[in-house]
Amino acid sequence: MQALTTRSKIAVNKKMTFMERIYIPAILGGMAITLRHFFKKKVTIQYPEQQREFAPIYRGHHVLKRDENGAERCTACGLCAVACPAEAITMVAAERKKGEEALYREEKYAEIYEINMLRCIFCGLCEEACPKEAIFLTDEMVLTDYARAGFVHGKDKLVEPMDKDKRIDVSKRQTKEVAEFKKHPEYAHNQVYTKSLKA
Amino acid sequence: MTFTGFLIYKALLVLIVFTISLVIAMYSTYAERKVAAFMQDRLGPNRAGPFGLLQPLADGLKMFMKEEIIPNVSNKFLFILGPSIAMFTSCVTGAVIPWGGSLHIGGNVYPLQVTDINIGILYIMAITSIGVYGIMIGGWASNNKYSLLGALRASSQMISYEIAMGLAIIALVMHTGTLSLNKIAAMQTGWHWNIIYQPVGFIIFLICAFAETNRTPFDLPESDSELIGGYHTEYSSMKLGFYLFAEYINMFISSAIIATLYFGGYHMPFIDRLGLSDNFGAILGIVFLFSKIFFFIFFFMWVRWTLPRFRYDQLMNLGWKVLIPLSIFNVAFTGTLMWIFGRIH
Repeated sequence: MQALTTRSKIAVNKKMTFMERIYIPAILGGMAITLRHFFKKKVTIQYPEQQREFAPIYRGHHVLKRDENGAERCTACGLCAVACPAEAITMVAAERKKGEEALYREEKYAEIYEINMLRCIFCGLCEEACPKEAIFLTDEMVLTDYARAGFVHGKDKLVEPMDKDKRIDVSKRQTKEVAEFKKHPEYAHNQVYTKSLKA
Repeated sequence: MTFTGFLIYKALLVLIVFTISLVIAMYSTYAERKVAAFMQDRLGPNRAGPFGLLQPLADGLKMFMKEEIIPNVSNKFLFILGPSIAMFTSCVTGAVIPWGGSLHIGGNVYPLQVTDINIGILYIMAITSIGVYGIMIGGWASNNKYSLLGALRASSQMISYEIAMGLAIIALVMHTGTLSLNKIAAMQTGWHWNIIYQPVGFIIFLICAFAETNRTPFDLPESDSELIGGYHTEYSSMKLGFYLFAEYINMFISSAIIATLYFGGYHMPFIDRLGLSDNFGAILGIVFLFSKIFFFIFFFMWVRWTLPRFRYDQLMNLGWKVLIPLSIFNVAFTGTLMWIFGRIH
């Protein structure tokens, strides 16, 4: 059978030689190893001061995007909730009233949109399922809480700020091909609004 | 020197030795955590104060603030007596260790040793034997099977290894011709360290010192994976602290004894040829002794974070079937060599 690792050793029950039986050479060898580690570079990351670098496509806390005018993109179609393998997403749809055009992009919107962060496995399937480019995963961490209820994030925590300078940049999570594809006139309305696009 | 002056000087020396033992034991806990961390590529405690230097204080404070629990089924008197004996025996051994030469102040000679009894080694052996009672009584009084098993292991282990330790010391005493630690330390001037004359005895003594202080690889009495905490399972608050503290003081004292018996005590080769003044030489001697002690404390930790624990039968095999015959052979070998070189008449 082929060895599964290059480090495997065949165990032999041979009688130990005298040098092996007094153990002291082996003990000294072991102590040399620990002493070498004593002077090695330490791997600890001192958390609050130092932070591990995240990958540009890190899948962290979700964001519900607004379009370039500040209207919510989400139309409460429910595809994200269907796609979600952990069943973490729930929503209640509502109809847009007159005068709310600046708040909601289309006639239907999500009145309640909740993600249970304890159920979420941060797979990103909701982002993949969304036809309106409304939900994205960001490189922000989900904050901790003392109670379970605090982990059910509603629209107050999910929707990005109206202020254009405080919008959350998710362009890193899009491949070049997708960004290029979205420039097609037919899909232009689905372009992700970012600062770079605004320029 | 007047009698009152003598008393004040001795009381001061006792106080200093006691304080130093406690402070070193305190910072040994910090050093142990740092050494463990460094050997595992970590940083260790570094938040309390600069480099985490206040960590032992924080730990001590925590120990004092903990709830003190005495189990209902335990024997209360013995339950309190156990840690007291452990702490007492580990503190009193420091009395016979020569911490340096003598200071000459105002025509008086002040030896840096609390008491130079002429049976210093025997005294240490006797006190370490009593130290077993601290663990035994504590384990038995807890009325808990894990505590009792830990105490049984500890006492049988310490009794077994005391024999080999005593025999290793007999060979050393044959060579030095005295039981006084002061004379043994004073003999080892220059490079005449006893390790050169007694290498096998040193290795036996070192292994036994590990067993006597219950340090890895001989930490079976408190092997947490099998016995939870061993003999101190039922202990909490500062009574537990006493047990842990006693262990670190024991480690410090054992390091001091190893340094005194085998590594020239306060001597260092070639220093005596520099023609330093007596007082300066004595102070330098203290520095040398403590650097040796610190090396051995590090050595204790180094071994702890390298070797795994023995199995119980392996421990007994090593003690009875290897170390005792080897130490008897060492005694006979030393005697033969002394006869050949004409030191026995």
